[in-house]
Amino acid sequence: MIPAEFAEPAFTDPWHAQAFALTVHLSERGAFTWPDWAATFGAALAARRGVHGALDGGADYWAAWLAALETLLATRDMAAPGDVARMRDAWEAAYLATPHGAPVTL
Amino acid sequence: MPHDHHHHDDDHHDHDHSVLPSDPALRVKALETVLTQKGLIDPAALDAIIDTYQNRIGPQNGARVVARAWSDPAFRARLLADATEVVAEMGLYGRQGEHIVAVENTPDTHNIVVCTLCSCYPWPLLGIPPGWYKSDAYRARAVREPRAVLAEFGVTLAEGQAVRVWDSTAELRYLVIPMRPEGSEGMDEDALMALVTRDSMIGTGLARAPT
Repeated sequence: MIPAEFAEPAFTDPWHAQAFALTVHLSERGAFTWPDWAATFGAALAARRGVHGALDGGADYWAAWLAALETLLATRDMAAPGDVARMRDAWEAAYLATPHGAPVTL
Repeated sequence: MPHDHHHHDDDHHDHDHSVLPSDPALRVKALETVLTQKGLIDPAALDAIIDTYQNRIGPQNGARVVARAWSDPAFRARLLADATEVVAEMGLYGRQGEHIVAVENTPDTHNIVVCTLCSCYPWPLLGIPPGWYKSDAYRARAVREPRAVLAEFGVTLAEGQAVRVWDSTAELRYLVIPMRPEGSEGMDEDALMALVTRDSMIGTGLARAPT
């Protein structure tokens, strides 16, 4: 535990910010309530702790956040795991096929 | 983007293509695309949320509330009675419809805030919580041995000063009003704001003494 009085960046990796914003936005649009989110996220943190041991609140925190979001969207039939996996692979292929510096599109 | 460049073939150092984002970054991107195609999200709203939390919301909001409570007894009384309404009047809304409760440190009681479930935190007042607030070590120990945790943060309480631990929930978030430091008499609200640290509003720190 490091006492830190200095301003830390809110997000250390752009995808943390994206996952956070996606969750807040979906909640604001009524996709789920915040207590529902907190319960799912709490369970994801506990599951991750069971596998990886004590969490440090950094990258592992956001990994649990993303897992919780995927779970919540799957159980609410908003984003099926198969669809998400295919889309992930499509993006990966697009990055690998796009010359460095060019915009990556599907 | 992180620089973890994934190679499917270690002998093949081909940097001609774009830097491949990490697996979680690709998964978030995939979620966004799937939800956008279904019309379930507005991608522009995501950028606005990120901008808000990266650039507009932070502990300075909470510090303004604390400095006003120190300067204005009527404001302080209203804040302690109904912080949700008072901070909403200041334009500091909870985006998740949560209630905000202000708890005041006194010579008799020191307050400290934790979220044992996940990381509930008064975002509109303090921004995104620091890493340690989200760590298991803090979340477990703040409840079990708050004095030891406080000591690690450099906070030594007066003998006889009780510690009260507040466990945040999705519906209820806490703001600690630290004790106004000695020597700050006569300072105006703006000057007082500079004495209010983020940690002092979580309870893991005290307000700065004026220099």
